[in-house]
Amino acid sequence: MAELYQMQRAMRNIRRAALQRGVIGILDIGTSKIACMVLKFDGTGTFRETDGVGPMAGQANFRVIGSASTRSRGMRHGEIETMAETERAIRTVVAAAQKVAGVRIDHVIACLAGGRPASYGLAGEIVLQSGKVAEHDVASVLAACDVPDFGRGREVLHAQPVNFAVDNRSGLADPRDHAGNRLACDMHVLTVEGDVLGNVVQCIRRCDLELAGIASASYASARASLVEDEQELGAACVDLGGGGTSVSIFIRKHMIFSDNVRIGGNLVTQDIAQGLRVPLPVAERLKTLNGGVEATGRDDRDMIEVGGETGDWEADRRTVSRADIIGVMRPRIEEILENVRQMLDAAGFDYMPSQQIVLTGGGSQIPGLDGLAARILGPNIRCGRPLRIDGLAHQFTNPGFSSAVGLALFAAHPQDEWWDFEMPAEAYPARSLRRAYRWFRNNW
Amino acid sequence: MSVVIDHRPGRQPQQTPEQPRLRRDPAPSRLKYRLERIWLRPLYRRLVRVGGPAFLIAMTAGIWLSDEDRRATLTGGIAGLVDKVQSREAFQVRLMTVEGASPVVDKALRAMLPVDLPASSFDIDLPALRLQVMQLDAIESIDLRIKPGGILSAVVTERQPALLWRHARGIEILDRSGHRVASVTSREVRPDLPLIAGEGGDLATAEALELLDAAGPILPRVRGLIRRGERRWDLLLDHGQRIMLPESGAVIALEAAIALDRAEDMLGRDVKVVDLRDPSRPVLRLGVDARNTIRSARGLPMLGPDGTVLEDDRKGG
Repeated sequence: MAELYQMQRAMRNIRRAALQRGVIGILDIGTSKIACMVLKFDGTGTFRETDGVGPMAGQANFRVIGSASTRSRGMRHGEIETMAETERAIRTVVAAAQKVAGVRIDHVIACLAGGRPASYGLAGEIVLQSGKVAEHDVASVLAACDVPDFGRGREVLHAQPVNFAVDNRSGLADPRDHAGNRLACDMHVLTVEGDVLGNVVQCIRRCDLELAGIASASYASARASLVEDEQELGAACVDLGGGGTSVSIFIRKHMIFSDNVRIGGNLVTQDIAQGLRVPLPVAERLKTLNGGVEATGRDDRDMIEVGGETGDWEADRRTVSRADIIGVMRPRIEEILENVRQMLDAAGFDYMPSQQIVLTGGGSQIPGLDGLAARILGPNIRCGRPLRIDGLAHQFTNPGFSSAVGLALFAAHPQDEWWDFEMPAEAYPARSLRRAYRWFRNNW
Repeated sequence: MSVVIDHRPGRQPQQTPEQPRLRRDPAPSRLKYRLERIWLRPLYRRLVRVGGPAFLIAMTAGIWLSDEDRRATLTGGIAGLVDKVQSREAFQVRLMTVEGASPVVDKALRAMLPVDLPASSFDIDLPALRLQVMQLDAIESIDLRIKPGGILSAVVTERQPALLWRHARGIEILDRSGHRVASVTSREVRPDLPLIAGEGGDLATAEALELLDAAGPILPRVRGLIRRGERRWDLLLDHGQRIMLPESGAVIALEAAIALDRAEDMLGRDVKVVDLRDPSRPVLRLGVDARNTIRSARGLPMLGPDGTVLEDDRKGG
């Protein structure tokens, strides 16, 4: 894992350099849309009392100076399928955002939705030599976590220390300078398929952009749509996207689980197109404007012109009732939510102290979804919108942009990851000067 | 032709026959994308926006000016324009008025004006003219200005003659501060002015004037003041009498001498020199007649008019 360590550290250095320059780009590559935001870090840290916006939950040190979004191309299930198409879409959105912002983006932070994420909880334990937790002991205990076999071609996307314990005092956020004999830690590791990750990196590089960080989309959208109390007390964030539905569970401000269902809004559109025999754009329009999950008596009488350009007059003049659309959509939404339920069960969400579930993503705008979700997932359901950040245009406050906003928060306030700690001296190659230096520093 | 489709429920979709529309790729081409990104670089942007036009202007001007004839035309045109503006009626100076100057100074001033009137006011350099005029000793100050209506007005304050100063190179008129006003050929030109003489006399004119003021009662007898060794004055009276004044407190010493004269008619007697150089010990030098009278009374041989007949016997009193 040393090369992973080096790569992530390099990315972190690029991010630091970008923050020093003051401009960084956010690139949310989704299956149905690609969003790009240009963040400006003024460094003032003071929030400006304009149009009644509050202190932004401490997110006042940056500002969105340009944003754009476009329809995604060449993506399937949150993975790149046709790289040239995706590259064009990225170019479109980056050019538009640059035009709005008036500055050039060199560094971007991207997110990855697909790639079959798998999360692991690792535990490690070391004996404290000095009877006190020193700086390098934290790194040693993280390195001491017994790593399971992730499988071939898997890459670590996140490795966040979730919990530290000294002797039998558990639940420490920062164990430094605690006296004790044993230091144990729990670490959450999220792995994705390395080739999928490599495709995203390659695609961004082909757009002349430098990657300053990469995060999981489920993590990013949870950062944006869970409020601070929910992150602290425990909550699950369900991001209903176009190509997949991702679930992440937070407790004590750390993500402890993340997974992805490969059914999303695009499949619902496909169902409508197949069920009502309409082209995909029409199906998408019907879903967006007339979709729903709870049919009422009025919906039977609510007739909708399907329209069409086939040339067949009979086909083009058809009308469908809203209840028909709901009848097509509902089983698929139910299936998605059932899958989410299974995933939460597998993760042991039932044993969490708080059963809060937050729905976000473009799919969460389906009318009546919270009622259906409450029946399947549990009673504590709310539809979450992304956190307000400074300078964000109104159309980006839509729940579909919560992972983009979450990436902005990730850029501004990254959580500690394993590679943010110094590498333990043993991990350096033998006969290295730095290893000697580290050994001297730790022992005197 | 743009087609508006009304998506609201109940509205008919428009039934216009659709042309097979050519869908353009909205993505910028790779070249366009790169060019846009280069354009967003501040340095490049500044170079193109400022450097390009500046270079173009400089190059055009350089090429145009590289021809000798064009340069000559340009400079000639500018000079002509400047001349045209300067020779406008509003800037013409037609008249020079001189106030407070004697005819000699007036004539000298007019001669000093570098241009013939009428002339443009741009051609008359008033500060330089003023400096030049101030070289004249007779002028204490001058106020030169061009008044509306094309009048060059000079208000002159002349130096007032106060003393005549005779020195090795001739006779000069001085004002109260000792500055030269003019030269005269002889004393008779200005008999009304008191005369001083000796090297450094012009440097102590204030004291000389004070002394002349103090010499009020004997002023008709005063012939002049002589500066001695550039430090003290001798007051010279007619009949060759002389009052030697100290270096400091000369006025007080002179007043004392006048008081003596009033009380005892000292200067009416045959006294050659009143030596007041040491205020605590005034000394009188008697004339030849007085001394002969004393000698005859004592039975001593007489002295000649030059004081050198038999023996030169000095007596102080």
